[in-house]
Amino acid sequence: MSATHEPRRGPFVRELLGRSDYAIIGDIVEPGTRVLDLGCGEGELLQWLAENKNVDARGIEIAAAKVRGAISRGVSAYQGDIEDGLEDYPDQAFDYIILSQTLQETRRPLKLLREMLRVGRRAIVAFPNFGHWSVRASMLLSGGAPRNKLFPHDWYDSPNIHFLTVHDFESLALKEDLTIEKRYFLAGHRRVALFPNLTAEVAVFLVRR
Amino acid sequence: MVIHSSSVRLDSFTLESGATLTAVDVAYQTYGVLNGARSNAILILHAFSGDAHAAGISEETGKPGWWDNMIGPGKAFNTDLYYVICTNVLGGCRGTTGPSSLDPATGKPYAMSFPVITIRDMVRLQKRVTDSFGIERLLAAAGGSMGGMQALEWAVSFPQGVAAAIPIATTARHTAQQIAFNEVGRQAVLADPDWNNGDYYGGTPPARGLAVARMVGHITYMSDESMREKFGRKLRSREKKGYDFSGDFEVENYLRYRGSEFVNRFDANSYLYITKAMDLFDLSNGSLTLASVFEKVTARFLVISFTSDWLYPSYQSQEIVRALRGRNCDVAYCELPSNHGHDAFLVDVAEQSDLVRGFLASTFSRETR
Repeated sequence: MSATHEPRRGPFVRELLGRSDYAIIGDIVEPGTRVLDLGCGEGELLQWLAENKNVDARGIEIAAAKVRGAISRGVSAYQGDIEDGLEDYPDQAFDYIILSQTLQETRRPLKLLREMLRVGRRAIVAFPNFGHWSVRASMLLSGGAPRNKLFPHDWYDSPNIHFLTVHDFESLALKEDLTIEKRYFLAGHRRVALFPNLTAEVAVFLVRR
Repeated sequence: MVIHSSSVRLDSFTLESGATLTAVDVAYQTYGVLNGARSNAILILHAFSGDAHAAGISEETGKPGWWDNMIGPGKAFNTDLYYVICTNVLGGCRGTTGPSSLDPATGKPYAMSFPVITIRDMVRLQKRVTDSFGIERLLAAAGGSMGGMQALEWAVSFPQGVAAAIPIATTARHTAQQIAFNEVGRQAVLADPDWNNGDYYGGTPPARGLAVARMVGHITYMSDESMREKFGRKLRSREKKGYDFSGDFEVENYLRYRGSEFVNRFDANSYLYITKAMDLFDLSNGSLTLASVFEKVTARFLVISFTSDWLYPSYQSQEIVRALRGRNCDVAYCELPSNHGHDAFLVDVAEQSDLVRGFLASTFSRETR
């Protein structure tokens, strides 16, 4: 594991389509590349990438209404489950596979991560950090499953089934022999550098095999 | 918008089987205006019993086209932006050469001497027509059911000839069940003594057989739910059951009406030839996998299926989508909710329009970039 890119010092991150992680992803993706967004929703990010970075933008989304929205805005989305939707693709079909705020909702996250790096040359993974101090405090003080801004759901209706922290992801990357090319840690609109496992609300990683 | 049909004649056309037809007429209609770059042409491909009259009001019949809700100013196939063409298929009976046409060699209708045709033949003939219009590359080829088969064939047969394919409620090949329904229809025609080995032109056509065939077809185009909603067990203009076979139920009445109406506008031999073409269609064409036929394909795809379509179920569209993904082709896919069965692509068009509109707009902007 080697960090080829240190987080920049500028503390504030602009928003893209109302989201800071999108702004980071928008920066990461090189122009003219092939991008597959897993769980693309209504395709807002892909449309932005197609229009501003001239990428070949594709998406997978399980919710039929969102797929309709994505196709209506000209994004090549298809209706399917991201956890078995990748198997048809040939190896290295894409330059980037994006998984934004979804890893913690998947049934088999490791299998998915491996598939992403089979189909894509690089993976961009953004997820909410379960190690954030507010999560720890919530659990410590309430004794119940943590509920806060990052994890707003009651335990019984949360889509999140595999909680992970910044540390967890980095250890997995080490174990899987993945190269982390870039890492970004966000607290609101601010980039954080110190003790990210405690201070980052959202982490964005650019990884490759 | 009053529309009239036109026709082009090709001196000769050689079929996939090797047979050659001479003096082939193709009926067509067009809507909108071809731009200077000839880059805005969309070919609409009709389903089994359709014709070239896809949109507008027919000058001859006063009726709207079969996809008038999808084609026109501001509609999904927006004729303010695009030049839309629809041709009657080879083997048809609505202006394009088929078994009811006169064989120039004999001066009599071809009847059963008409050669067996394929979906690829239909598409190759359409290509001849669009070439004659000076259109090298279509913006899109789009259609539902048998029209969807043609859209797929366009993308495979002419990789540079079409920028986008929109196959709707269709399949890459008929299953045993789909062939079986077609065979029931054909047998109904063949069993009618008036069919007379196909030689009935100038006499009495096999109206009963063709009507029965159409009745079977109509059942497969609807869904259990849409039939329950539309007819239920409603009785037809009767207070009580009749205890006879004159037809008690609304649904019987409807099927009889649709059957007899069909006879007035469709040729029984065309029914045989076109259903055979659908059954013979196999996009994989002997290849081991469907994905391998998409090897040279460059078109984008928008594949649409409908939840209640049991004639062309969604899994068949998904099979196409998966094969395209296997080749890393650009494919959008959506299964739209509808209870209209296979007919959904003709009647349930609000969401379908949104998909087509957005897909065409992005294709057009890429093509003209």
